[in-house]
Amino acid sequence: MSQTQQYVIFKLEGESYGIPIEYVKTIEKMTEMTRVPNAPEYLAGVINLRGEVVPIINMRKRFDLPEPSGAEEMRTIILELEEISVGMIVDSSSEVLSIEDSAIDQTISLDTAVQDEHIRGIGKIDERMIILLNLYKVLQMEDSEKLA
Amino acid sequence: MDMNQYLDIFIEETKEHLQTMNEILLKLESFTYDKDLLNEMFRIAHTIKGMSGTMGYNNIAGLTHEMENVLDLIRNDELKTTEEIVDILFECFDQLEGYVTNIEQEGSEGENQSDELIASLESIRLGKTVGDTSPAEPESTEGQAGDASDASDMLSSLALPEHVREAAAKSRKDGLSSYFIKTTLDEKCMLKSARAYIFINRLERVGEIVYSNPSIEDIEDENFDLSFELLLISKEDQDYLEKEVDDISEIESIEFTELREQEIPTQDDQKAEENEPKESEAKQSSSPKEASEEAMTPKQKQEAVKKGKTGKTVRVDIDRLDNLMNLVSELIIIKTRLEDADGKQDAAKVNETTEYLERITTSLHDAVMKVRMVPIERVFNRFPRMVRDLSKDLGKDIQLDMAGKETEVDRTVIDEIGDPLIHLIRNSIDHGIEAPEVRRESGKEVNGTVRLEAYPDGNTVVIEVEDDGKGIDVKKVKEKAFSKGLITAEQKEQMEDSDAVELLFTPGFSTADKVSDLSGRGVGLDVVKTKIESLGGDIEVTSEPGVGSKSVIRLPLTLAIIQALLVKVEAEKYAIPLNTIKEITTIHKDKIRNIQGNKVALYREATLPILKLSELLSVPPQEKEFEDPDHTVVIIRKGDKTAGIIVDDLIGQQEIVIKSLGKFLNNIEGIAGATILGNGSVALIVDTNSFFRKEGK
Repeated sequence: MSQTQQYVIFKLEGESYGIPIEYVKTIEKMTEMTRVPNAPEYLAGVINLRGEVVPIINMRKRFDLPEPSGAEEMRTIILELEEISVGMIVDSSSEVLSIEDSAIDQTISLDTAVQDEHIRGIGKIDERMIILLNLYKVLQMEDSEKLA
Repeated sequence: MDMNQYLDIFIEETKEHLQTMNEILLKLESFTYDKDLLNEMFRIAHTIKGMSGTMGYNNIAGLTHEMENVLDLIRNDELKTTEEIVDILFECFDQLEGYVTNIEQEGSEGENQSDELIASLESIRLGKTVGDTSPAEPESTEGQAGDASDASDMLSSLALPEHVREAAAKSRKDGLSSYFIKTTLDEKCMLKSARAYIFINRLERVGEIVYSNPSIEDIEDENFDLSFELLLISKEDQDYLEKEVDDISEIESIEFTELREQEIPTQDDQKAEENEPKESEAKQSSSPKEASEEAMTPKQKQEAVKKGKTGKTVRVDIDRLDNLMNLVSELIIIKTRLEDADGKQDAAKVNETTEYLERITTSLHDAVMKVRMVPIERVFNRFPRMVRDLSKDLGKDIQLDMAGKETEVDRTVIDEIGDPLIHLIRNSIDHGIEAPEVRRESGKEVNGTVRLEAYPDGNTVVIEVEDDGKGIDVKKVKEKAFSKGLITAEQKEQMEDSDAVELLFTPGFSTADKVSDLSGRGVGLDVVKTKIESLGGDIEVTSEPGVGSKSVIRLPLTLAIIQALLVKVEAEKYAIPLNTIKEITTIHKDKIRNIQGNKVALYREATLPILKLSELLSVPPQEKEFEDPDHTVVIIRKGDKTAGIIVDDLIGQQEIVIKSLGKFLNNIEGIAGATILGNGSVALIVDTNSFFRKEGK
């Protein structure tokens, strides 16, 4: 029996990426950001999300992609994993897709900007390829996982 | 069934009960006998047993059950409280506390079955009650269980809660009969719960159902297989009952068994059975719960355990919540008022409303703070036991006086202040208070006193730990510091006594000649000091030789809100906590000299290291038309060290709410947290202490 899971799809440099919907708290438009000194370079800064201070990651910088001009469709996806709130800036995000577990290929090595270890698998749906991210790797949370 | 939703309540309540138990035990030890106390203790053991049984924590239930048995004997005057018994009860208490902590941290009570404790409780009970024929005596039931008829075979799979047992026993005295009824529904039965309901309903007309397996709720929810078991108390005889339910259709079989008193199984039976065939049971994993657990992959299991972990909770007085609710509704009223007010026409009205809004937010702030406040009792309560154990171990007679238990502090403080206080009290008992013979010689009362007092003082809470021991030997402290290389010979000669006491807080200092189990492990008062400072408080120690010493801890009432100075660096705003600022001044750039790569200025006849905030925080520089030769310098301090920080501009002093940057961004160098400014933007709070570390290098 195959199970389906819902994924929030976002775009980055023309590619579609998916995140399991249960990790997504909200999707916000771009707001004013405060830079954090001495933080990793891909950390765009922190924002005030309804009274909560949330760190924001610039996904383009995270995957070493060129900086785009601040397009109107740019969004911040706020994730919540293990009590940690963190946002990621993406080119656009507008859909949620259901992908069957059996339609996820885990062995493919892709020639994309994203390193293989950051990819959990490739989901196929209607001829489209969705790159499913390993959020823990992307957010470099291995250490915090151990601590938890 | 999912019990997680009850887990928090269970832990909270059990902790409360254990606390009371602890107090009673301490009293029991000194007064030896007080019926009310014993009754209370018995009640607690019973409650915990009930609660843990429901939650499926069998180890706790087993232990409390045994405790209950012993306590029951004591309160019925069949057993005398001896020191040995109290000690064992204390051990049981520790064990229970251990279980609860385990549940809290890992979601399960752990493997330890406390067989030893149960055995010693049993031996106490049996040692005093041989030949006793009290109805609660499990010996007799155990004996009966062996040669019992098929009735008890059937029953062996379940343990009846005590109240059921009691009810059945009582009903027998009243001339009623109890029946154990095992009903199996027809396989084709469609509406199992409805059918069962009809059956139960019919029986309830003629008697009382005191027990069911599965529970009535589960039966109603159809959470059962084909059969269910009931215990019915009725005045009718078996034939009549059989006739009564005979005509209900879709029932495969009904087995009636009349129970005689001894056959009513107790929980002991189950325990006895559980203990013996433990291994085979584990292999077969016959119970559905175990089977399902086994079916889970290790990862799932891990997740299940993770889920079991609980968050921090605060119990809040309902009045405070009501107050909060009121204030929030006022806030909504004001919001509507502001919406109604037209800015141009009603300038006065808007002003008035804004003032009102200000008042409400202040009250709201107070109210929320109060919700977070917890009486310090929670921390203090564990000390009597600790002092008791310590004085026993050390052979000192020590009395603990506590005052101001009702003083309220922030929940965060409660969690953090325990360890420093334990340390101080241990120090007092171990190093401060002399051995009884020494005390007698010096004309003091033989038993020493440690006094613990908490009281609010303005915006702070003060906690004092005082002892009437020998005080701090300043000479010895200096000597020690010198031998450890903490001070120079010259310093040793000139140092004031009050300064010498400060040496106690230097890392790696310990004056105990003997390294005891309690203190003198090298980690000393410096840890206490660091902890208290991290809470935003300070500690001061005074001492009078031969009379005693006193530690005074001063903590802020709340940690979440502080006064800070907002400064501007290039385009960015930062907050510097006001309590780290010594003064603010301007220094002309010509007065800052470069000495070996470090910037230093002469200020108030002392050298002052100068740092640039923009460099410390690597703020991107901006083009500037004109640079003021007079630098604005904020002088910060840590202990007796000072440093000047150059900022671009001062914005002003403000009360700020500290927000954490979250786990994802902990340990960012130079940043202690963040706050949200009036315009909704985020400003970072500067961790000035980290600059001293840097500078020290």
